[in-house]
Amino acid sequence: MNEILQGLAQAFWLIVSLDTELITISLRSLYVTLTALLVSTIIAFPLAALIVVTRFRFRRFVITILNALMGLPPVVVGLLVYILFSRSGPLGVLGLLYTTSAMIIAQAIIITPLITSVAHQSMQGLWADYRDLLISINTSKPQRIGTLMWDSRRALITACLAGFGRGIGEVGAIMIVGGNIDNATRVLTTAISLETSRGDFSLALALGFVLISLALSVSFATHWFGKTERGGLW
Amino acid sequence: MFPLEVSSVEINIKGKRILGPINLLLKQEGISVLLGANGSGKTTLLETLHGLRKLSKGKVRWSIPNKLAAKEQSFVFQTPVMLRRSVLENLMYPLRVRRFSKPNAIKEAMHWVKKIGLEKKIIQQATLLSGGEMQAVAVARALITKPKMLFLDEPTASLDGLAKKTIEDILVLAAKNDTKIIMSTHDLGQAKRLADDIIYLHKGLMESHCLKDEFLNSPPSDAAKQFIAGDIII
Repeated sequence: MNEILQGLAQAFWLIVSLDTELITISLRSLYVTLTALLVSTIIAFPLAALIVVTRFRFRRFVITILNALMGLPPVVVGLLVYILFSRSGPLGVLGLLYTTSAMIIAQAIIITPLITSVAHQSMQGLWADYRDLLISINTSKPQRIGTLMWDSRRALITACLAGFGRGIGEVGAIMIVGGNIDNATRVLTTAISLETSRGDFSLALALGFVLISLALSVSFATHWFGKTERGGLW
Repeated sequence: MFPLEVSSVEINIKGKRILGPINLLLKQEGISVLLGANGSGKTTLLETLHGLRKLSKGKVRWSIPNKLAAKEQSFVFQTPVMLRRSVLENLMYPLRVRRFSKPNAIKEAMHWVKKIGLEKKIIQQATLLSGGEMQAVAVARALITKPKMLFLDEPTASLDGLAKKTIEDILVLAAKNDTKIIMSTHDLGQAKRLADDIIYLHKGLMESHCLKDEFLNSPPSDAAKQFIAGDIII
């Protein structure tokens, strides 16, 4: 209990004193996860909409695989990305291992199936309502995809938040591919892991509280700008 | 585009024939009304002519290629499908799909909003309108592209007198402006008010296609006689 209180106090102090290291680590965490999220949404939203509006042979199989990939173990993803980008790996020549780029790639791989699945689920319901109308209006496939994405945008924000939550709290993959290098690839989760192994629980807790505040702030900001849960809106 | 030629069309679902064989010739002029009891195949026939149903047998042939004909048609569903957008955006949608500029689409949509008397609700979410208002928006959205052919599936089924009249007035005007209308209804009074010719369906088969007066004065079958007399048809 004492450690939690100490952690809270330390977190408060770190924040009000604008601790440079804390700010750098927090910004790096945000940078890595938000970039991974951006990459994921660019892939996931159109992919989910395409699966919704297209009937093809292995559609159910693809959806099942996507749902299964939601539970992709981050450590395994980290290991695969590590092997891919290690010096002797097929993409080793790019020299991305132990950089934030590798961390972004790993996180994007982890959260893309999650965002695709959630987006698919929400657009599927909308497509059931819209299908006949959009076919009747003689829309093209890209127009259908665009309409579905636009009209389910608030549900897609939720998909983004789920992806962000999974990304920002992720430690296994980015530890492997980023290496937790001070001033280069250290982010909040890897720093917490390090401080815990060092036995500095109050600092680890302080970082944890900062991480939680960060996730909450992003969620509040998204709802605020997305105008969700207000009268007459979805 | 006309005449529309329907030859030996059949629709089967899981091996069971639910419509047909239908042979029908539709000319451009006037309003054709589809009459028949529940389950007689009215909706299926409309959807088939519009291209929403896959034919099990037979052909639906326009005098122009089907792809071009599809662009000249609109469909109003029995339960209006509203996009999760404002009233104005719902009306603009078919025009935007056809690459109208935004100012032109707004201008045209405003014209139709006034026609259906919803000027005060242009920014309201369309899904929050009353049933009658939604159906009026659906009809306006179908007519905004000036289609040569308009299908309506019991468009006033659950509406009160005033809402019904608003829609009927719009339809009469559209028919005068060279839009061929084919609509289904249970409402014999509506058929008497609007129809030029009547297509009578019974248990998936077309029992007659003739001028309104001919149908009313000498009903082509016992079922039609019962329908006109207001008896319950089993």
